[in-house]
Amino acid sequence: MTTAATGYIAKFKVWRGDTEGGALEDFEVEVNEGEVVLDIIHRLQATQAPDLAVRWNCKAGKCGSCSAEINGRPRLLCMTRMSVFTREETITVTPLRAFPIVRDLVTNVGFNYQKAREVPSFVPPQDLGPGEYRMMQEDVNRSQEFRKCIECFLCQDTCHVVRDHEDNKEAFAGPRFLMRVAELDMHPLDDAAEQGLDRKATAQEEHGLGYCNITKCCSEVCPEGIKITDNALIPLKERAVDRKYDPLVWLGNKIMRRGQDT
Amino acid sequence: MATEATERPAPDSPPPAGGVTAPGRAAIRERHLRTDRWWLAPAATAAGLLAFVIYSTWRAFANTDYYAAPYVSPFYSPCLAENCEPMKGGPNFDLLGGWWGLSPAIIILIFPLGFRLTCYYYRKAYYRGFWASPPACAVAEPHKKYSGETRFPLVLQNIHRYFFYAAVLVALILTWDTVLAFRNSDYEWGHMGLGTLVFLANIVLIWAYTLSCHSCRHIVGGRLKHFSKHPVRYKLWGWVGKLNERHMFLAWASLISVAAADFYVYLVASGAFDDPTLF
Ligand code: SF4
Ligand code: SF4
Ligand code: FES
Ligand code: FES
Repeated sequence: MTTAATGYIAKFKVWRGDTEGGALEDFEVEVNEGEVVLDIIHRLQATQAPDLAVRWNCKAGKCGSCSAEINGRPRLLCMTRMSVFTREETITVTPLRAFPIVRDLVTNVGFNYQKAREVPSFVPPQDLGPGEYRMMQEDVNRSQEFRKCIECFLCQDTCHVVRDHEDNKEAFAGPRFLMRVAELDMHPLDDAAEQGLDRKATAQEEHGLGYCNITKCCSEVCPEGIKITDNALIPLKERAVDRKYDPLVWLGNKIMRRGQDT
Repeated sequence: MATEATERPAPDSPPPAGGVTAPGRAAIRERHLRTDRWWLAPAATAAGLLAFVIYSTWRAFANTDYYAAPYVSPFYSPCLAENCEPMKGGPNFDLLGGWWGLSPAIIILIFPLGFRLTCYYYRKAYYRGFWASPPACAVAEPHKKYSGETRFPLVLQNIHRYFFYAAVLVALILTWDTVLAFRNSDYEWGHMGLGTLVFLANIVLIWAYTLSCHSCRHIVGGRLKHFSKHPVRYKLWGWVGKLNERHMFLAWASLISVAAADFYVYLVASGAFDDPTLF
């Protein structure tokens, strides 16, 4: 199929600026069949705005670099097809709005690395050496869903807890890293509990699980389709309830000593 | 790639600090840039919930037309006060005695109301629909401060599982009411009317909603670390999970069906409609 038959000129608004300020800049740019928004951004770089800053890498929805907001919705530039828009509409592209700006479409996502470091890592079981780990498939199914994460941080960007309240950033790990806590707490070989780290209680006390009001925007934007709220955050909330608000479970654990959640 | 600078647009005047326009972030004034009809879902949710609240408040306080043998309105079952109509074989459990002068529906409705108010789905629905926290994804919320469910009163949402236990008891009683609906108005067994079908549909949806609860999913198996050591609970967890995927649908379907069952009893009890007998 030739470009002439299917190409058209689209109207774009792209945010340009840096820490000093910025504005939306208007462009008219050619679009061809089968293209995604990242193609158009690249065409702008090649033809009209050579210093337009954008972060990308794989162009296959797997590296999580090209996160931005398109018509106000957090999405991957490389996975948003131009065919979802009408030819008439103006397409607005801005950087992620929850993180500090670097330049144009590039933000500083360091917040997320900070939060990642705050989650204590896998605690190896004491009685097993390297190469001796054995796990049943049904015990790892749940965490395997979470491991599809490509760390695009679209969920972190969308979550109103930090997006709309900068002051909550210190207390709240965000959906991606609460999901990490859930993953480890569900991990069949994680030995944290036995070695004195209660992930269920610390999810709430140190990672701010209580800030999440389960309004599911993280799940709505996740490009991997991970059911973050239903499968990680709500189960984690229920686990925190076991520890903190359920006297029956507390009593049961006291009597049975080892706890019933093994 | 070429790096010479192009002419950049003049920067906008800086947006007011705070929320999505906090210092350091891209200086975009608009509180959101969504172009779709993002307000439709929260508006429809709020309208639906409001309609139910108005209807159920009217019916709960009315204290009339809730029994038309053999049907008892789900809003009035079980009846825990003395001032209920006697329902033969029905859910009269006079626990409170005669001092309760208000509508008996108010006592029992606390449990299903608490169950639905603390339900993870309804929480999402009213936080978005009524409290605009957030109104929709990536649409800035109007509140200056936000502490979510970390403090009183919202920290009380954590008692949801206790309402789940109560909801199971209520569902058992409503199941019995449905069994009783296989009588005719003279209390003879082995009959069915249109109302019996309404009650059947309602009780199926009530159970599906109740069992699809996230707390239920946690209790039957979700809390375990090693599914491989608990094959039965793993199976149960899988089934509840299947229902749980439809929790939102079931929340609405059962809300509508419970109101419909009550309205059906109202129509028959007030004489506006005669329950057609099937056999
Ligand atoms: S469900 Fe919770 S973590 Fe996810 S976006 Fe909403 S508030 Fe944030
Ligand atoms: S959970 Fe989904 S949205 Fe969040 S960082 Fe991972 S892939 Fe991105
Ligand atoms: S460029 Fe890798 S996810 Fe878009
Ligand atoms: S009833 Fe909705 S989560 Fe329990």
